[in-house]
Amino acid sequence: MRTLLLLFCALLFLGNSLKANTITVCASCEVNSIKEGVRIAADFDTLLIKKGTYKEFNIRIDKPLTLLGENNPVIDGQEKGEIITIVSDNVTLDGLVIVNVGTSYTADYAAVRVVKSADFLIQNLVLEKLFFGIYLEKSNNGKIYRNKIKGDAVDEYNSGNGIQLWYSKNIVVEQNTVQQVRDGIYLEFSDNISIINNISSKNLRYGLHFMFSNDDLYEGNTFENNGAGVAVMFSKKIKMRNNTFKKNWGTASFGLLLKEINDADISGNTFEENTIGINIEGSNRINYNNNNFIKNGWAIKVRGACYTNTFMHNNFMYNSFDIAYNSNLNDNIFKENYWSNYTGYDLDKNGFGDIPYRPVKLFSYIVNRTPETIILLRSLFMDIIDFSEKVSPVFTPDDLVDSHPLMKPVVRENKIVKK
Amino acid sequence: MIKILKYSFYDLMRSRWSYVYFLFYLLLGFVLLFLNNDLSKAVITLMNVIIVLVPLIGTIFGVMYFYNSKEFTELLLAQPIKRSSIFIGQYLGVAGSLSMSLVLGLGIPFVMYGLFESNAIWDFSLLLITGAFLTLIFTALSFNIALSNENKIKGFGYAVLMWLFLAVIYDGLFLMSLIVFEQYPLDSFSLAATMFNPIDLSRTLILLKLDISALLGYTGAVFKQFFGTYIGVVISFVMLGFWTLLPILRLSFKAKRKDF
Repeated sequence: MRTLLLLFCALLFLGNSLKANTITVCASCEVNSIKEGVRIAADFDTLLIKKGTYKEFNIRIDKPLTLLGENNPVIDGQEKGEIITIVSDNVTLDGLVIVNVGTSYTADYAAVRVVKSADFLIQNLVLEKLFFGIYLEKSNNGKIYRNKIKGDAVDEYNSGNGIQLWYSKNIVVEQNTVQQVRDGIYLEFSDNISIINNISSKNLRYGLHFMFSNDDLYEGNTFENNGAGVAVMFSKKIKMRNNTFKKNWGTASFGLLLKEINDADISGNTFEENTIGINIEGSNRINYNNNNFIKNGWAIKVRGACYTNTFMHNNFMYNSFDIAYNSNLNDNIFKENYWSNYTGYDLDKNGFGDIPYRPVKLFSYIVNRTPETIILLRSLFMDIIDFSEKVSPVFTPDDLVDSHPLMKPVVRENKIVKK
Repeated sequence: MIKILKYSFYDLMRSRWSYVYFLFYLLLGFVLLFLNNDLSKAVITLMNVIIVLVPLIGTIFGVMYFYNSKEFTELLLAQPIKRSSIFIGQYLGVAGSLSMSLVLGLGIPFVMYGLFESNAIWDFSLLLITGAFLTLIFTALSFNIALSNENKIKGFGYAVLMWLFLAVIYDGLFLMSLIVFEQYPLDSFSLAATMFNPIDLSRTLILLKLDISALLGYTGAVFKQFFGTYIGVVISFVMLGFWTLLPILRLSFKAKRKDF
């Protein structure tokens, strides 16, 4: 009760001190275009945009305003260029439908661009027929919340990204849906970003893409049916938790692609039906805990230069290959995982198999060396030599073993992510 | 020819081995479905069984039947019947009854577990069709071997060796050659090499229909085109047809000229 009272007082105080007005924009109103509304508005005013179609582009918001759409008004850019550009702090966009962003090969036109501004809130937007969706440029402390972005991208070279962050810090991207663009969400030189509970699907290239971005978190997202689920490249200290990577299934698709990643934490994720679950290259000191790898072609493909990684308490179930490795050297630890291909026994009933499990099969070693041999997948001969390699390993790394394989899958409590 | 076919067919239908074979598949089907209850997964497991067992049984059965019915064949030869129709009639009788055991033995449990409502029906029919093809091919090959060898022991030996070669050794040599020549582009070669072994051919044909084909396409453009489109399926079926026809043609050709 007391807090409510306090809040009420605070609101009253704020309202009094700012003296915000509401300007109504509609086709038959005194102010019939958004540009005009922005021009006459004072700082901290609200523009209430009524239902209708507004054929406008290059709307420049240069003062702290709230643009509030009522009953989904449509802003149609007629493919002439950028639609909304925010160059001021404290701007809120809410409830607008923005369509027909111009396509250009020299300028990255976006539906909404935020330039060198802070404390913005972009929510409940619907973006369609776009080039770039929401583009943040050197902007900090904002929130992108509950937007629906649906592109119609066909080729990578003439399409843009759904949500792009460039040199931006402390941004929350939450509960957005991004479909059919080039990269669903793209981060470049952006630190301390939280990407939570988004759904990114059917994108041409990546569902989520990190480049040179550090200390970021993504949690509870779903990446389905993308060219590749998530690509994390040249970044440090990224936390990847409780995400689902599903059906990134194609001749060169990945669930998760790691390249030059250090000190990351990958836990509680589910990788299901991807051609390659995780493709790892040059990545060190990463913890893989409590992940599920189900029905992938390759659950994990290690390409090389990967040291001091730990794989613990993961479930590897029904993958064609559990782990592919291309060298004889191993510095990674596999411990206490569940492998559905494990055929050992547990005589002392302590829950761990008594004989160690070797996750790298000879066949996967051969396929790595000579990819064409994959045509012999599931042949009797391969089963025989896999068996003989299992009995006495010659080609596969000698110390790549799970010495304590679990007899039963790890049951993962589904942590409920804050909504 | 029809009469001889009918005679061989009924003869085999009465024999104990057809029932054993039929019951084996019936049991296998039920056990598989009982254990994992998932039609599409059972289809994959079944594939492993079919591509190994069906050729073996076709081979052994063909050779055995040919030697066993030798006296009857000689009796028939004394009659005014065309030679090719005697042998082809017998061949079709054996292959037909084996295929029927296979199709019914596996079909009944799957139908009972609701195959028609499931979307695994195409995978399953493909499996049965390739199984039937493998029976036809290997019975024909074993008839050829038996016809060319008067000595039963030798004939059996060759037949088992042929199975062993096509099921295991061929893949071994194939793998060796791929590794030895890994510096060269191998896509077309490996596809061609698959075509020359009916077991490999059926295996890839079934893999094509399963989701796993994306794994194969990973390797290169030629694979991608072959496994990603209908071209692969069409070519594979045509080759299976050739594999069936050629031994039958040789059988009738040899039979006409052989001095009994």
